[in-house]
Amino acid sequence: MSTGRGQQYTGQASASETARLTIAQAVQDALNVEMERDPSIIVLGEDVGLNGGVFRATDGLFERFGPDRVMDTPLAEDAIIGASVGLAVTGMRPVAEIQFMGFVYPAVNQILAHAARMRNRTRGRLTVPMVIRMPYGGGIHAPESHSESYEALFVHSPGIKVVVPSNPYDTKGLLISAIRDEDPVMFLEPKRIYRAFREPVPPGSYTVPLGTAAIARQGSDVTIIAWGAMVRVCLDAASALEREGISAEVIDLRTLNPLDRDTLLASVTKTGRAVVVHEAPRTAGVGAEIVALINERALLQLEAPVERVTGFDTVFPYAKLEKHYLPNRERISAAVRRTLEF
Amino acid sequence: MPRKPIHSCTVERLEILGPDGALDASLMPDLDEATIVELYRTMVRMRVFDDKAVKLQRQGRMGTWAQLKGQEAVQAGVAHAMIEDDWLIPAFREHGLMFLRGVPGHLIYAYWAGDERGASFPEGVRCLPIAVPVGSQFTHGSGIGLSLKLRGEHAAAVTFGGDGATSEGDFHEALNFAGVFDTNTVFIIQNNQWAISMPRERQTSSPTLAQKADAYGIPGLQVDGNDVFAVYVAATEALERARSGGGPSLIEAVTYRLGDHTTADDASRYRTGEELAHWQEQDPIPRLRRYLEERNLWDDERERTLEEDAAKWVAAEVDAMNAMPPPDPGDIFRYMYASMPPALAGQLAGLTQEVDR
Ligand SMILES: Cc1ncc(C[n+]2csc(CCOP(=O)(O)OP(=O)(O)O)c2C)c(N)n1
Ligand SMILES: [Mg+2]
Repeated sequence: MSTGRGQQYTGQASASETARLTIAQAVQDALNVEMERDPSIIVLGEDVGLNGGVFRATDGLFERFGPDRVMDTPLAEDAIIGASVGLAVTGMRPVAEIQFMGFVYPAVNQILAHAARMRNRTRGRLTVPMVIRMPYGGGIHAPESHSESYEALFVHSPGIKVVVPSNPYDTKGLLISAIRDEDPVMFLEPKRIYRAFREPVPPGSYTVPLGTAAIARQGSDVTIIAWGAMVRVCLDAASALEREGISAEVIDLRTLNPLDRDTLLASVTKTGRAVVVHEAPRTAGVGAEIVALINERALLQLEAPVERVTGFDTVFPYAKLEKHYLPNRERISAAVRRTLEF
Repeated sequence: MPRKPIHSCTVERLEILGPDGALDASLMPDLDEATIVELYRTMVRMRVFDDKAVKLQRQGRMGTWAQLKGQEAVQAGVAHAMIEDDWLIPAFREHGLMFLRGVPGHLIYAYWAGDERGASFPEGVRCLPIAVPVGSQFTHGSGIGLSLKLRGEHAAAVTFGGDGATSEGDFHEALNFAGVFDTNTVFIIQNNQWAISMPRERQTSSPTLAQKADAYGIPGLQVDGNDVFAVYVAATEALERARSGGGPSLIEAVTYRLGDHTTADDASRYRTGEELAHWQEQDPIPRLRRYLEERNLWDDERERTLEEDAAKWVAAEVDAMNAMPPPDPGDIFRYMYASMPPALAGQLAGLTQEVDR
């Protein structure tokens, strides 16, 4: 499925001025900049060429770089990723798109059994520098199987990095870093905010390093930890909490593997309270890993148990019920208050 | 001779009623006039049902809808060849088949409007819910076909997929599995020429999809999918074979998606107006209407009545959908397991408290 038309954007690789871009346009821009720089980069996936991707995240690339570098593949996720492994071990830099995270399953065999293991199995002789981009997450009343957040599956799998941007600036910088990275990177795009807002994005090349979290908002009473689409919801909660006199710091992890432990632990040590927020199911979600980490490294600095605000341990509900599933400002604020009232 | 041909494969195509009205009477199935008129009515009802969903979507009363427009003959022809005990394993564009097989129209609408209760069909309706992950339903068809065989039922598993879906690994695995176990399965590919923005030629270098059957040792046949008679004959043959222990087969029904991929798509980005116009001339509905008119079985008056009846029926289905009470948030939890694990019950209690507040 695709969404509304939005403003036509053709990439600003050669532009000189900062433009106000959406997340979807920032993806386009990063691809433009990098493909211009490195001819070994190719984009492949379903409907990514002529159609510019169902979310238009690859719009204009086909016209600019042609069918040998922007490839509309058959409808076959396993082949998209398996072929990308083949391309990558022979010196290409594939940037593969999976149309929705709910359709990555046929390719999981290739991601876990090959992409993630090739470097280790060949003692470093063969490597898989590829990026697997995909929209993830709920909140847009999409059809069934179009709203999944299964980042934990991949964070749990050694050998692949997992990146989740939350805003246009980071999207471009993180995607460029992911493309230049020597290992496979899953790049999860928050489809709920693909076009929700614009931000100044500098032209040309810049990077946001993988494995670094950002402090999205400074605060002193409690640390709220999130990534992707949930960051905005948490910022919203933090603003509401401020009116109650609660000062919340919001950490945007940006990369889930490798995790920026230092930023995270420094903040929790400072505030003594933490709430982890994700829309993925609760059990064995990435939040569980973060709580474990805090317990291992900052237990004695804690004033209250760490709270989790997450999706339920259920199938992601179809459109009519999804609002009950997704973490919202009220749930996050309530969790913050619990840490303060403990 | 060290090198010699050991296998070759021919692919048949079946056409009975052409777009120009020409009829191959020698191939015409034994259908009485009333049945043919009913097939026509059925196809018009499908179109009205489909058009209504698009209108509802534009008004914000429907979620993303995948139109079946242009593919009515495949769905009517196959439905007519099915018997009560057959199973339907749909992809996601088989709304017409689904209502013909007993799925109430209002549930189809409700499903696509974002309500999971729409996938809960009345007892006895032998139909799986749609498969959103493309191609993932094919192997279910192999399994249901195997089950029917093992349990000695005189019935078949009618398994649908699109041209794009044949590129998925599941297609290969399903046909291979069915071939090995000689299951009671009929695979029907609605080759509507497009998989979102990708034309059929970009899915496979094979000149036909029907010929893929040969590699699995099962029969394959291409039919004009806009010719309801050809579809009916092909489906009847394949279904009877499957039910009676003759094994699986593959039918490629060549048709066309006259609408956008879904209401979230804009097909004018990737296909030409000329192509669309060409296929509009192949539209299965006017084709059959002309056949009926030439035999004095149809006229404007009957058409008007049919359209009115169809509109009334569809309006009633919309009303029935609207009359459904809003889904209970607790349903998110209730159907996860046969009995709810304590942790899940705790999450449900939390949500219930929140909703009640
Ligand atoms: C595994 C998977 N990949 C991608 C998609 C997104 N998608 C939905 S329908 C579709 C095209 C399907 O084409 P085809 O099989 O020809 O069926 P048609 O839509 O033409 O009926 C795609 C790519 C999906 N639903 N599932
Ligand atoms: Mg198709």
